Amino acid sequence: MKFRKELKLMEETMVKKQDECGEKKQRCKILIIDGTKYRTFYNRKFENRKKYEPPNPNRIMSYIPGTVVKLFVKEGQEVKKGDHILILDAMKMKTNLVFESDGKVKAVNVSEGVKVPKDFLMVELE
Amino acid sequence: MALDKKIEELKKRREIILQGGGEEAIEKQVAMGKMTARDRIIALVDKNSFTEYDLFVEHDARDFDMDKKTLHGDGVIIGTGTIFGAPVCIFAQDFTVAGGSLGFMHARKITKIMDHSLKMKVPLIGINDSGGARIQEGVNSLAGYGEIFWRNTLNSGVIPQISVILGPCAGGAVYSPALTDFVFVVEKISKMFITGPEVIKTVLGEEISMEDLGGARVHSEISGNAHFYSESEAECFDQIKKLISFIPWNNLQKAKKFPPRDPKPEYNIEDIVPADPKQPYDVRDVIRAIADDSDFFEVQKGWAENIVVGFGRMAGETVGFVCNQPLVLAGVLDVDSSDKAARFVRYCDAFNIPIITFVDLPGYLPGVDQEHAGVIRHGAKVLYAYSEATVPKLTVILRKAYGGGYIAMASRHLRADFVFAWPGAEIAVMGPEGAANIIFRKEIATADDPEKMRKQKVKEYKQKFANPYVAAARGYIDSVIEPSETRKLLLHGIEVSGHKSVYLPSKKHGIPPF
Repeated sequence: MKFRKELKLMEETMVKKQDECGEKKQRCKILIIDGTKYRTFYNRKFENRKKYEPPNPNRIMSYIPGTVVKLFVKEGQEVKKGDHILILDAMKMKTNLVFESDGKVKAVNVSEGVKVPKDFLMVELE
Repeated sequence: MALDKKIEELKKRREIILQGGGEEAIEKQVAMGKMTARDRIIALVDKNSFTEYDLFVEHDARDFDMDKKTLHGDGVIIGTGTIFGAPVCIFAQDFTVAGGSLGFMHARKITKIMDHSLKMKVPLIGINDSGGARIQEGVNSLAGYGEIFWRNTLNSGVIPQISVILGPCAGGAVYSPALTDFVFVVEKISKMFITGPEVIKTVLGEEISMEDLGGARVHSEISGNAHFYSESEAECFDQIKKLISFIPWNNLQKAKKFPPRDPKPEYNIEDIVPADPKQPYDVRDVIRAIADDSDFFEVQKGWAENIVVGFGRMAGETVGFVCNQPLVLAGVLDVDSSDKAARFVRYCDAFNIPIITFVDLPGYLPGVDQEHAGVIRHGAKVLYAYSEATVPKLTVILRKAYGGGYIAMASRHLRADFVFAWPGAEIAVMGPEGAANIIFRKEIATADDPEKMRKQKVKEYKQKFANPYVAAARGYIDSVIEPSETRKLLLHGIEVSGHKSVYLPSKKHGIPPF
């Protein structure tokens, strides 16, 4: 049966993986849990995991992909908490973004009409 | 004489409808590497066993010139047949007829066979190959989807529901497969997504191919939406047949018993697991050393590989295996593996399949990404599923069983019926290194040679706690066994729990951490 053949193939590759682990130790990855080093393999999700970065209120990021329809600030401008930054049009909704703190605008990386992806640094405070 | 003419007419009518969307559309379907809906059903069921219903159904849409269009069978084929003698209800969307689009009558045909499968208590197999809602029929088409989803939920846990994605399955349509027990996908043919690449491009400005967004590999390796992956439709049908052989027809029955067979001699249970708990091995070899004929039918093979789940047989009876896989991420429980294990445990529980759990894990996976992804909530699913399950639960602790992971993996405390441990098992709050660092923190910090002291204390802790006898002394495990005794004891456990009954408080339903 076709399916049996496929199972067989799977076995062979797994056995090979084990050999690699036994003979060439560098091939095997290490996972440390509670101080113990386990020799194992990583899966795709673990390999692609993102390093955590604490949120920075001075970096105004796009929280959703969308279009900048109105921009209220320019470089060098002094701003106060509650001042408008820009209007982001995303998912048929226009969202007004405001500053969370006082400061001076260090950089503006967008202009009106520009499409931004998610997590794009739009405006930066000093 | 007059009847002959009528029979002639019937034959003629049938012939026309059996052509589906016509030669041109069928050619297109074949060019895409796909079988036609009727061929698929014939390939799936036992020879000459398929009986079709509602062949003459017609839609009654009038807007957008729909009244001038004839759609044969309204784009879907329904019927009953047998697979290895087991009765099944089947529907297959016919992409050659209006792109398999779902109109009101199309949905009515599907819901008719769904109702039938529930009434007759037989498995339901849905072959999905559809462009989506028939936009000309407007909200009637949406109503059709809603009726299907509602029945999927009603049927859930009563009859096995199997979804086969053999073409596009996009937008709202994906929720029917998502509500069913097992989803089969085929390389290059299956495409599932809520919003397609076009919408993503216009709304979000991100470009992605259909294959990368919702192809077979994506759903069997990244999203976990699919349970079985195959390279071709023929292989996919073989997988479905194999699955059908493992599961019962409904929740009132047990799976069909096969003649008992011994495991193959090439899997020697004593050679598989290394003594050092830090060394990896493939837990599937342990399953093969235990299961009849060394046959293990793995579910969700490509996703959350740090736990292995699937079906096998013990003395001819179907069992579900749930096993930590030290080969990947040391076999930890994390967001995805918890999800995978919990769902499989609930499946086995719903369909009277005893669960065998092999434990070898260092605990839950540490990490910001895990905590933020809700490993608490997902990890709790494993506890919930095992606690709630009333089928026979047999647990073998192969090596390490630390912390919350020990409790979660079908421990005595969650009412496992039999808990065995191999002599190398370590049952403790955490690994010796971590534990010694905490318990002897002062001694290590104040020692002349902290590293030497640490090593000594780790050794001390290991001698004292890194064994199965502390847990055995409390009766948390029933027996410390030799690996070679495992199959014998598991068979005995299954045998004596054949009439297991558990009394639970009556409730409408629990609130699992979905």
